Amino acid sequence: MTPGSYVVEVIVENKPLARDPEGETIHQNLILKGGYKQVTSVRAGKLLRMNVEASSPEDARAIVRKLSDDLRIYNPAAHTIQIRIVG
Amino acid sequence: MVKVALIQYPGSNCDLDALEILRDVVKARTDLVWHKDLAHDDYDAYVLPGGFSYGDYLRAGAIAATSPSLKIVKEAADGGKPVLGICNGFQILVEAGLLPGAVLRNSTLRFACTWTRLRVETTRTPFTSKAEKGQVLEIPIAHNEGRYYLDKEKIPELERNQQIVFRYVSEEDQPTEEANPNGSIDNIAGICNQNGNVMGLMPHPERASLPMMSPDNQTDGRVIFDSMMRTLRGSEA
Repeated sequence: MTPGSYVVEVIVENKPLARDPEGETIHQNLILKGGYKQVTSVRAGKLLRMNVEASSPEDARAIVRKLSDDLRIYNPAAHTIQIRIVG
Repeated sequence: MVKVALIQYPGSNCDLDALEILRDVVKARTDLVWHKDLAHDDYDAYVLPGGFSYGDYLRAGAIAATSPSLKIVKEAADGGKPVLGICNGFQILVEAGLLPGAVLRNSTLRFACTWTRLRVETTRTPFTSKAEKGQVLEIPIAHNEGRYYLDKEKIPELERNQQIVFRYVSEEDQPTEEANPNGSIDNIAGICNQNGNVMGLMPHPERASLPMMSPDNQTDGRVIFDSMMRTLRGSEA
């Protein structure tokens, strides 16, 4: 339990079944064309990096989880989110 | 006399077009209301116009959806009043949870500005009551985020509930892939809530409501505003 300032990232991306034309285009027209056949898929998303004052990393994560749901940082009809503590 | 609120958000830019059609063409007493000034449900109907609210940051409509004006619009919608969202207005209604699903970036990754053919799938809404089921309206679109999305397995329920109001169709009036300008699931261009009184669509009917605005002098968009006025005048009588 270390109170302090935490860096929390939220990654928003389309659900697996919602097509992601940006990721598909980067994959097809840049990465595969550039010869990197090892890359089998690309998903593009949005990254929000937040500085959060919290009592612990778990608390920081919980705050960001709550605000993501309350304020609809993502639209659950079409998106998924990942929340991670990076600092 | 019935009174319509046309709500302006920071970045609305189709508000004056809609105002002209509402006031001068279908003769609705209409107030242009800044979103922060909408404090009470004093109107008979609400229109959320197109544009780019809050720069479309995060997602188109996501920030405007938290405007206090949406509390009033929800109250009105729950009371059965007609609520119409056009383009960004549609995105705001979706983000505010008044309509199901999401509106994502066009599958073409390009801004789409073109005339589309829309097949009327239901006439049960206050915005399509003067149209005929199966009728095709020519109305333009202008958007970058217009791909309507809902999980595929939820589409039959939307269909059963008669919540699909418009589909993009071909010259043969069929919902083909070629006729779909943005990759919307099932060619959906406009939907309504379960009660039918809240409707959103990506195309701009206010841009097809005067003969001089369309290539062949048609005014197909008017039927949406005319239907709304008939509903409002009917409830007034």
